[in-house]
Amino acid sequence: MPNLNINGRNMSVEAAPDTPLLWAIREQLQMTGTKFGCGAGLCGACTVHVNGEAVRSCQTALSDVAGKKITTIEGLSAKGDHPLQKAWIAEQVPQCGYCQSGQIMQAASLLAKNPNPSKDEVVAHMDGNLCRCMTYSRIQKAIMRAASEMRTASNAGTERRAT
Amino acid sequence: MNTHVKITSTPSADLSRRSFLVGSAAAGLALGYSAVPGMLGADQAFAAPANFDPSVWYSIAPDGLVTVTCGKADMGQHIASTMAQMVAEELGSSWKDMRVQLASNDPKFNDPVLGAQITGGSWSTMMNFDAMSRAGAAGRMALTDAAAKAMGVPAGELVVRDSAISHPKSKKSMTFAEIVKSGKITKTFTPDELKAIKLKTPDQYTLIGVSVPQLDIPSKTNGTAKYGIDVMLPGMVYGKLVTPPVRYGATVKSVDDSAAKKVPGFIKAVTLDDKTGSTTGWVVAVANTYASAAKAAAALKIAYDGGPNAKLSSQSLLDEAKRLQALDDSGQFFVKDGDTAAALGTAAKVLEAEYTTSINIHAPLEPMNATAEFKGDILHIYSGNQFATRSGAIAAGAAGIDPKYVVMHQMWLGGGFGRRLDADMMVPAVQAAKAVGKPVKVIYSRENDMTMDYSRPLTFQKVKAGLDADGKLIALNHDVVSAWPTARWGIPDFLSPSVDKKGPLDAFTVNGADFFYSVPNHNVRAIKNEMAHNATPSGQLRSVAPGWTFWAVESMIDELAHAAGQDPAQYRIALLDGKGKNDGGAQRLRNTLLAAMGMAGYGSTKLPKGEGMGVACVSSQERATASWTACVAHVAVSPSGEVKVKKLTVATDVGMQVHPDNIRAQVEGAALWGLSLAMYEKATLKDGGIEQTNFDSYTPLRMSQMPEVAISVIANGEKPTGVGEPAVTVVAPALGNAIFNACGARVRALPITAEAVKANMKA
Repeated sequence: MPNLNINGRNMSVEAAPDTPLLWAIREQLQMTGTKFGCGAGLCGACTVHVNGEAVRSCQTALSDVAGKKITTIEGLSAKGDHPLQKAWIAEQVPQCGYCQSGQIMQAASLLAKNPNPSKDEVVAHMDGNLCRCMTYSRIQKAIMRAASEMRTASNAGTERRAT
Repeated sequence: MNTHVKITSTPSADLSRRSFLVGSAAAGLALGYSAVPGMLGADQAFAAPANFDPSVWYSIAPDGLVTVTCGKADMGQHIASTMAQMVAEELGSSWKDMRVQLASNDPKFNDPVLGAQITGGSWSTMMNFDAMSRAGAAGRMALTDAAAKAMGVPAGELVVRDSAISHPKSKKSMTFAEIVKSGKITKTFTPDELKAIKLKTPDQYTLIGVSVPQLDIPSKTNGTAKYGIDVMLPGMVYGKLVTPPVRYGATVKSVDDSAAKKVPGFIKAVTLDDKTGSTTGWVVAVANTYASAAKAAAALKIAYDGGPNAKLSSQSLLDEAKRLQALDDSGQFFVKDGDTAAALGTAAKVLEAEYTTSINIHAPLEPMNATAEFKGDILHIYSGNQFATRSGAIAAGAAGIDPKYVVMHQMWLGGGFGRRLDADMMVPAVQAAKAVGKPVKVIYSRENDMTMDYSRPLTFQKVKAGLDADGKLIALNHDVVSAWPTARWGIPDFLSPSVDKKGPLDAFTVNGADFFYSVPNHNVRAIKNEMAHNATPSGQLRSVAPGWTFWAVESMIDELAHAAGQDPAQYRIALLDGKGKNDGGAQRLRNTLLAAMGMAGYGSTKLPKGEGMGVACVSSQERATASWTACVAHVAVSPSGEVKVKKLTVATDVGMQVHPDNIRAQVEGAALWGLSLAMYEKATLKDGGIEQTNFDSYTPLRMSQMPEVAISVIANGEKPTGVGEPAVTVVAPALGNAIFNACGARVRALPITAEAVKANMKA
């Protein structure tokens, strides 16, 4: 019975070690924000973070993530107010919304490492995430908006510390 | 909407029984307080006893929150939010007080115009605007009446704003919450009184035309929005399909589950006995988790009889289409104006061309799924679906029960695009639930979803046109050969009479061919490709027929303009003369074309060698429900035929803008769908099966392939029209025409490939 650290909590899951992380999250833990799209790592709907890296949970076995920190859309922020989530609302990104958990998790892993991405860097990082409603331009805008807000917040924090 | 669409003959439902099941509020227009579940769907908790229910469409709680029940499937077009916006405008409620919920299949939630629960055709806003507006206005008048009595002032002196009613003279004020809590709302409306309500005029609008925050969006940023796939029921188990190698017509000869039985959690393999004909040769492996069900499914050894379609390929379907088109007595006439044969005989120049489109797959990102639960004598279905009226009947058929015992629980749709008009996903869920005696959630794998899609059919069109000595278009014959997606439903009211009285035809294969150009002699023939119809049961894919008819029409118009030595845009403008039956529409379409040309710099921008702009303009969806849409595509073509789309400029006349930002989002998404279908999406049939199984071989547009898209929305105050689909249809011909202008290569097959462009370049 694998133990998982998900969204900061240790949980034990009744599932075989070769079970895809996606299905353990959705069925055993009943956190359904992470979506099944293709089962082959081709669409990005199932994206979660493992030790801060964006991974496709449909391609990740439970045995691969033992002892690692897993973050899902439910754990990205305490109140759904991560700068990306706020930017997603400000830009009114989602249409059907089904891919958007994966898009936001994919984008979050970019901004964690690169607070000032260029448009090309955004496209390169996000190209594995399909949006069948084709909301791509709003996704780009929302990422840029969130990046800008995170930089502003970080600068403000730095200044405060300096004084 | 085609005037013939009035599907009152769909499976009858026992209104009293259904109403008892899912809510006690009287259908229709009566105002009143609900005592029991009220307007809320069957899966909702009992409502607070003192809700005020001005109509079936919304309820005001004692805390002042207004919950609108949306009878439409919300697949990302934000129609639930739009319904709330239309109600709130007339009701006078504050946007922050608005909430939405999704309707059950209770017939009281049927579309007021269509008489059924179906979502498609870009019809929802135009067909619900009046009903939602009147419902909102009736609620405001009833609240005002109660407030006037409570304050002891004349109702005419009251002002309704932001969920409150105030009397400026006496400075008295009551919130909607206070009025509802008082329990003293007594005013009711007869249908005639409701009809007589004077609605606001556009200059009085405070919400219509404002891009209010969509009510569903926050839940789609934090994982809380519930789609069909997210349904969890106590005791539920999971089903994974095994679908046959042949799309349709296979049968299961034997199932060996000896290896599956070794999979922990495996419960049973259920071979479907589908009397609805939605599926053939399907087996569902049921297990305690989806992962176990998938393992068990993979372990099943199934022998099939491939059936009558097992040898067919895309080429067979195309060959058959060409054979049928060549016959004089094929098909039925959708349009028959003048005498094309005589006019073609006198024409100075005659052009003929064949246009094709490939099979295309909906592939919404949420794979098809449904959860079925038998509770007492009631079958509960949880699924996001666009056609609850028919899908409930299919579920009943799969269960062998009367449709009145089926309750459909609507969920948010993880994409629809027409795919969820169908009900095939109900069948395995129902039959598995019946077989194992537990609630079952069936989830298609992406491979099931792609290979068993009710696809956009392969189409073959032949157009023959004649010009007079001045290059004027005097005759046009247009034959459209395809599977018939809507005929497959078996609902006679969805078919149209043919002009030549040869029986009903599926207008959802030819809509758009009845364009707004003035052509004195014009024939459109709808020819059913029976072979394709049987081998690749087709469905309604975003925009349906205009997705292929305008590919042919708008390419041919361009070819004719070039043959006449005229600029293709000016040629169109001359054809859009607004004479006779085209009066009104033709002028609006011409104006969108001019707007797009202006925005794109068509004709005024000097382009480098190898680049070109092309135009197209369309009256999608149907003639009677058109949005007027034009596109200028700007492309660069390399010597090897590679096409780079630099920019799409789209102008669309949508009458009235309820939500400007949503219109832009829909038009952009639709235009990119048009691009994706035109250049990146192709499915093929081989040995009776769809060859593409996942997003590695069926490849919708990704972010890196997105061109610049410029959109101009023309809101001229006419009735609101649809926005979800029309822009899909205008892009492919605009691209084809741009490619011709860039390099002289005329492409007539979708999707457009570099090989085809290169092969058609002038040496």
